[in-house]
Amino acid sequence: MQKMRFSSLAVQNFLLTTAGTLFFTTLILLISGISPLAVYQLLFFGAFSSPSKIADLLMLAAPLLLCAAGLTLTFAAGLYNLGIEGQLTLGAIFAMLPLRLWPDLPPPLLWVLAFLAGALGGSLWAASTASLKIYAQVNEIFAGLGMNFLAMGIALYLVFGPWQRIGTASMSGTEPLPNELWLPTLPNLRLAPLAPLLALSALGIVWFLLAHTKWGISVRATGLNPIAAENLGVPTNLRLFETLFGCGILAGIAGAIQILGVFHGLIPNVSSGIGLLALLIVLLVQAQPTWLLPIVLLFASFAIGSVQLPLALNVDSNISGVLQGSLVLFALMARGIQERRQKKH
Amino acid sequence: MNLDQFWVDLAAVLASASPLILATLGETITERAGVINLSLDGTMLLAAMVGFAVGFQSQNVGLGLLAAALVGGFIGLILGFLSLSLRQSQTAVGFVLALLCTDLSSFLGNAYVRVPGVAVPSMPIPFLKDLPILGKLFFHHDLIVYSSFILTPALSWFLFQTRNGLILRALGEQPTAAFARGINVIQYRYFYTILGGMLVGLAGAAYSLDLKQGWSHRHIAGMGWIALAIVIFGAWQPWRVAFGCYLFSALQVLASRSQSLWPSVPTQVFQVAPFALMLGFLVLVNLSNKPPSTPREAQISLRWLSLAKLMLLMQGLLHSLAASPPAALGKPFYNDEP
Repeated sequence: MQKMRFSSLAVQNFLLTTAGTLFFTTLILLISGISPLAVYQLLFFGAFSSPSKIADLLMLAAPLLLCAAGLTLTFAAGLYNLGIEGQLTLGAIFAMLPLRLWPDLPPPLLWVLAFLAGALGGSLWAASTASLKIYAQVNEIFAGLGMNFLAMGIALYLVFGPWQRIGTASMSGTEPLPNELWLPTLPNLRLAPLAPLLALSALGIVWFLLAHTKWGISVRATGLNPIAAENLGVPTNLRLFETLFGCGILAGIAGAIQILGVFHGLIPNVSSGIGLLALLIVLLVQAQPTWLLPIVLLFASFAIGSVQLPLALNVDSNISGVLQGSLVLFALMARGIQERRQKKH
Repeated sequence: MNLDQFWVDLAAVLASASPLILATLGETITERAGVINLSLDGTMLLAAMVGFAVGFQSQNVGLGLLAAALVGGFIGLILGFLSLSLRQSQTAVGFVLALLCTDLSSFLGNAYVRVPGVAVPSMPIPFLKDLPILGKLFFHHDLIVYSSFILTPALSWFLFQTRNGLILRALGEQPTAAFARGINVIQYRYFYTILGGMLVGLAGAAYSLDLKQGWSHRHIAGMGWIALAIVIFGAWQPWRVAFGCYLFSALQVLASRSQSLWPSVPTQVFQVAPFALMLGFLVLVNLSNKPPSTPREAQISLRWLSLAKLMLLMQGLLHSLAASPPAALGKPFYNDEP
């Protein structure tokens, strides 16, 4: 009986969220004088229309899943790690270092070095945020933002300064890496299978840590009630540091994927908002690792579907962001309405 | 640098801080009532876009400003509904609204990118504008800038000298006590969230209809986040918040001036630098919240004495900047279960 009631509530929740989101997005499209059906067709199914689109979808989903898995850790500890954009950027910058320093090493060794360096860069940036939070009581949102701006400054400096393309410096980034350093892809597709594999293993590790270890329980205790957790002997500051550090490692690896598998060089906007999108996803699933994969694929499919909008329908691709944002907003609303009803009963 | 240039720069600092002052003081009002509106970055962009579009369509600056204020107030209302009535996390709702409004502004604002539109007219004040130096600094601006000058003392007076200001502070510090005194905490918090949001909306329009005179995709992205940081830097005190705005604005002017000093550093770096620096200042202010301790190595030898003095001086300075947020900031409060 209890179970039945729970599932019917979940269905209501789902219906309210979907209906609200579609209503809002349709309204926005109609205001702009755009016929919604054609837009929805591309947004929902465009990412599955060809093998090459599916490849793009997976190459976006991989860093997104890595970031979302990392943020699940920090969210479980009660942290809003807005600094993830900077952590990803630093990961990308660090991943460039071995590629530029020792280009003559065998590529597989270079990939390993690039991933390690990326993890180091991301975790260094996250560790700074954690130190500011723990030792200077700077809220992690603002410490993270500061580190984001700093990371962007460094990336801009490198792209327009020492690492600029020979002859011209531009937003399009550094000189592309030589072909043999690109992560190996499936024939004729931009899909490098290593990227989604890495992301899936990260998700597995995070799920295992949070759901099946004592450490995971103490992390969640830190997130739910830090004072009570501290009284029960949980080293809460250490947990904050560890989760941020872990998130930094995963974001750094995501940054290395952006370099080795997506952009094949450093661009100023190497994070492409992936970190913020991952934060949105984690808010939607409330840091439950089991729901992460489907929602990451869904959000990535909206983003890839929207890429075709400007050319095919002359519609701005930012509508995918509107769809993603309103989805999370209406999910929060549905959750709130439900909690209110349950209280009254 | 000659002296004339200095006064021109200083006047530019005062003018370019005006949107930030509107936004930060709006957020100060909201946070004093115990609610964090984290959506500033998106709200300002959306309000800037709507304000510009309405001004463009109606050829009326006033209508544009009004529309922007309404957008800001409406976002505040949504935040209030989700967090005060439906009891969802203010941080989560604010963050989602920030991203959603940013994308909305880009999507809906396509038609208005870099089109010339209306702008707030310059309005030098007769007689006062001819004062030496002061005239150039304070009386050669427009209504938005003048209102930013007036808002700081006005809010300070309201907060600390009036009964309503006392209630506003109680909402953030002691909501249960306010409730016991018969104040409808939720209703008041709604009111101040919407009011603060309206000021934030005006701040957005102050960019698109005044300071930047135009709209393009994400052209003031980052300003909302820096505004939120300045409120903390300013310890929720109107004068200190305003000082933070002028400091940031001065950093921006300095950054653009120092480009010529280091030609080897790309200009884009100078555009980002003030943001990173401002958050560095925030760290300094927060460090001052820690109890002061005497630096041990400084006591070791006479050689270090001057350094020790300097460090103590720094600590004293930092300590005078110590800041603590309203006690109930961001914490939920329910009328039915005090």
